Amino acid sequence: MRVVVQDAPFDPGAELTAFSAGSAGVGAVVSFSGIVRDDHGDLDALEIEHYPGMTERALTQQAKTAMQRFGLADVLVIHRYGRLAPDEPIMMVATAAAHRRAAFQGSEFMMDYLKSRAPFWKKEHRAGQTEWVNAKLSDEDALMRWHR
Amino acid sequence: MIEILYFAWLRERIGIPKETWMTEAVTVADLVDELRAREERYAIAFEDISSLRVALDQELSSFDAPLSGVREVAFFPPMTGG
Repeated sequence: MRVVVQDAPFDPGAELTAFSAGSAGVGAVVSFSGIVRDDHGDLDALEIEHYPGMTERALTQQAKTAMQRFGLADVLVIHRYGRLAPDEPIMMVATAAAHRRAAFQGSEFMMDYLKSRAPFWKKEHRAGQTEWVNAKLSDEDALMRWHR
Repeated sequence: MIEILYFAWLRERIGIPKETWMTEAVTVADLVDELRAREERYAIAFEDISSLRVALDQELSSFDAPLSGVREVAFFPPMTGG
């Protein structure tokens, strides 16, 4: 299990290759990468703030829960903070398991959690203006389905 | 003495990322009342606590939670990671 919170850029492809190589014999690896989206073509940067200490703690706790709940062989979480440009990777999650179902579910569970329970906040910079991104109700609903 | 941290727009509205505060509050909600009474910028920032979240010693908690033994309280808007 590896949880990384960093301001430096990372290469999701290289990370996935290394993660897969370290999970030899597991049968299934699923990964998700979140990328800075520029819907209107005017985004200068996405700034990500986090709560140092709590972030690492919360992500590690959730990765442990996911390992147990879905019987995962391994979990990787990388999340950046600081100022990011459009098209830069923000974060990635990868899960390894014996079969695809557990790997897919483990990744989705990690993502749903990360969206609304890990202490990150996004701020958009456009044309000299800044705006905090609002949390979506749909993200909260996505998380709730795991509690049923 | 308690360490209080603020994040995102709450940090901007209050104007500082953290501070140490001498409190007699029993619960988080009591602490919020103390802060609101200090200055207008706190009153405005904490106007609607349903739009805020709280963590006690780096664990998500709730506004009715007791503060006894807590060293670090963090207030912030709903999280938007991923």
